[in-house]
Amino acid sequence: MIRFSKYNWLYALISLVVIGTGIYSMVRWGYRVSIDFTGGTEVTYGIGEEFVDTISKEDIEAGLKSVNATYQSHEYPDDTSLVVRVSDMDEQSEPQFREALAKRTSAQLSLLRLNVVGPVIGQEAIQKTLIAVGLGIMAILGYIFFAFKRASFAFAAVVALLHDLLVVLGMYSLVGHFFGAQLDTLFVTGLLTTLTFSTHDTIVIFDKIREYRKSHPHESIETLSDMAVSATMARSINNSLTIVFMLVALVLLGGSSIRFFAVALLMGTLTGVYSSPFVAAPVMMWIEKWRK
Amino acid sequence: MIFRIVKIVMVALALGGLIWINLPSRIPLQFTLGDIAVDTSIGSPVLSWQDGSGQQFTKKFETKFGLDLQGGSHFVFEADTSKLNASDVEDAISSTRNIIERRVNLFGVAEPSIQVLRSGQTYRISVDLPGVKDHQEAINLIGQTAQLVFKEEGELDPSIPISIATQSAIFRLTKDTGLTGKDVRKAQVTFNSENAEPSVQLSFNDEGASKFADITKRNVGKLVGIFLDADLLTAPVVQTEILDGTAIITGQFTVESAKSLAVSINSGALPVPIQLVQSETVGPSLGARDVSLSLFAGVVGLVCVILFMIIYYGRLGLIASVGLLLYGLITHGLFRAIPVVLTLPGIAGFILSIGMAVDSNILIFERIKEELRLGKPHQTAVRIGFGKAMDAIKDANVTTLIVAFILFNPLNWEFLPQFGLVKGFALTLAIGVITSLFTGVFITRRLLKVFYTRS
Repeated sequence: MIRFSKYNWLYALISLVVIGTGIYSMVRWGYRVSIDFTGGTEVTYGIGEEFVDTISKEDIEAGLKSVNATYQSHEYPDDTSLVVRVSDMDEQSEPQFREALAKRTSAQLSLLRLNVVGPVIGQEAIQKTLIAVGLGIMAILGYIFFAFKRASFAFAAVVALLHDLLVVLGMYSLVGHFFGAQLDTLFVTGLLTTLTFSTHDTIVIFDKIREYRKSHPHESIETLSDMAVSATMARSINNSLTIVFMLVALVLLGGSSIRFFAVALLMGTLTGVYSSPFVAAPVMMWIEKWRK
Repeated sequence: MIFRIVKIVMVALALGGLIWINLPSRIPLQFTLGDIAVDTSIGSPVLSWQDGSGQQFTKKFETKFGLDLQGGSHFVFEADTSKLNASDVEDAISSTRNIIERRVNLFGVAEPSIQVLRSGQTYRISVDLPGVKDHQEAINLIGQTAQLVFKEEGELDPSIPISIATQSAIFRLTKDTGLTGKDVRKAQVTFNSENAEPSVQLSFNDEGASKFADITKRNVGKLVGIFLDADLLTAPVVQTEILDGTAIITGQFTVESAKSLAVSINSGALPVPIQLVQSETVGPSLGARDVSLSLFAGVVGLVCVILFMIIYYGRLGLIASVGLLLYGLITHGLFRAIPVVLTLPGIAGFILSIGMAVDSNILIFERIKEELRLGKPHQTAVRIGFGKAMDAIKDANVTTLIVAFILFNPLNWEFLPQFGLVKGFALTLAIGVITSLFTGVFITRRLLKVFYTRS
C-alpha cells in the first residue's frame, strides 16, 4: 500500500495550477466559437501545397467584396486545404467568391466543404446544447446519489466532476488560443462523454473503500482510502492507457476534421483518471474528518 | 461427445457468419489449383425475400457512410407558416415534405432522407442528399415555386408601343384563362415521332380537360400561351378545338430540360413558402481521406492496445486481444445489420468504445489476480473475480449509456439537439458499450474457461 493521502496538498496544488491556467485563458482569450453556435459560413477549399500560407487576409477580403460578405478568419488546417470563415455569404454566392479569389491568387481552389448556418439555428443550437449538458450532468449526479448512499461520497464525486469540467473547459480554451481549436457541438459531446468516464473511476474507488470498511472496521478513513487507491491504481492506469492509445492515434493520425474532438476526449479522459484518486478521495476524507 | 461436436460446429458456424457479414462487398477470387481454375468472387451476404403480398426485399450487409464521409448535401429549410391557420399547419407541412421528396426522387438521388423537425412553433424540413455535389442545383430544385398558368390574348398594355406589342406573343397574352397547373393530372416527356425532339405532354383532369376544350374552342386561329411562373414556355397557334384533354409543350428542349419542366409541373408550387436556413455540402474526396486516415489511426491504436495487453498480462492479455477482435467484428457486423450510418464522429465513437471494451477485461483480470493472491484455487478465483468485476462493469457503463441516450435523442425531443454528427457519435458509442457488456459476459468468460486453465 502506498500512502497516497500524505501528499494531498500536492494534488490540490496541481489541480489549482491547471484550473487556474485554464480560467486565465478563458478570461483572457475566451474561445473560438464555431459557426455551429454563432451562425455564419465556413468553406473549405482544397489547394496545392505551394499555396499554403500564401493566401492572405487581404486576398480573401478582396474576393469577398464581390459578394458583399464580411471576413472573419481563415486558417490552413493541413497542407492541402484552406478554411475561410465569413458572415453573410450564402450558398448561391460562394462560386462567385471562389472565382474572385482564384483569379486574384492564381490558386486552384476546389470546394471540399461548404457549411452555412443561419443565425436562428445557431441561437437554437446554443440553447439545446446547454439543455443537453444540463440534463447530462443531472443524470450523472442522479446516478452518483443513487449509487453512493453516503452523502460524503456523493459530494466528493460531484466535486471531482466539477473539477474535470473546469479542467477541460480551461485547457480547451488554451488549445483554442494556440492551435485554433473551435468550441463546437462536437466539443460539448466529447466533454459530456468524458465526464461519464470520470464518474466510473470514482465509483470503482469508492466501491473498494466500502468493501474495506466492512473488512477492516477499525482502520482510519485515510488508511482505507489509501488501500483502495492502491488496489485500483493498476486498473485505473491500465484502462486509461488503452483509451489514451486509441485517442492519441486519432489525434496524431486521424486527420484534421476530428483532431480537436479527439483532443477534447483525450483531455477529459486524462483529467477523469486523475480526479478520482487525487480529487474525489481527498475531498471525501476531508468531509469525513470534518464531520467527526 | 456428440454434444461437444455439435457445440464446436455451432461455434464455427457463428464465427463463419460473423466473418462473412464483415467481408468487403466483393473480393474477386482467381486462382488455379492443379487442373481446376477458379474464377469467382466472394463478399458480404445479400439476403432477399418476399413477403405475403409478393413484395421483394433485399438486405445488403454493407457499411453505410454518412454525408460527411461519402460526400453529399444537407439542407435545412424553415417553413413560413405565418399565413396559415393553426389547424392547417401540420397538413401543409407534411404535404410540403412530400412534394420535396417527390422532387428529390425525380432528381435521381440514392437514399435521400427528408425529415420534419419541429422546434416550438417553428417547422423545419431537413433534406439529406448523399452524393449530390451541385448544391445550387439541388436548392433550386427543392425550393422553386413552379406555377403553371395558361393565358390567352387580351388587351394590350397601352404603355408599350403597338408595333412592338403585336409582334411579341408575351405582350399579347395578357388574359388569364383560369386553367392552371392544378388542373394538370400529369406531365411527362414525349418525343416527336418525326424528328425525335423532346417535348412535354400534359394530361388534364376532367375539369381541366373541359376548361381546355373551351379555351381552344374560343381561340381557334389565335395564340394560347403556357407560362411557368413568369416565363413563357410556348405559345402555339390553336389549330382546332382539343377535346381529349391533352396538350403538348414544344420548344427548344433538351432531354434534360424537358424532364426538369415535367418535374416542376408535376410537383407544382409548395403549399408553404420555405427558406434555406442551414446547409452543408461535402465533396467526396474529403470524406474518403477522412475515412482512410481514421481507419489507419484505429488500426495503429488497436495494435498498441493489443501489444500492451500481451506485454502486461501475458496469456490473459492474449485472451483479451482475441476477445477484443471478436468485439470489433460483432460491433461492425451490428453496424451493417441495423444498419448504422457511420459519420466521422461515429467512427471516433467506435474507436473510443474499443478502448473502453478493454476496460471490462482489465477489471475482470485484476479481480481474478486479486482472488488468486488471496490464495483461492484457480477455478474459484476465476468465478468469484468474474462475478465481482461484472458488478463494477455494469455500474460503470450505466452513466455512459444515459448520456449517449440524451445525445442521441431517439424520440426527437425538440428541446434537445438534433444534430446528425452528435447523434452518429452517441449511437456508435452506445452500441459499442452494450456490445462490450455482452462480450464481457459471454465471450471473455468462455475464452477464460477454455484457454485459462491451470498452468
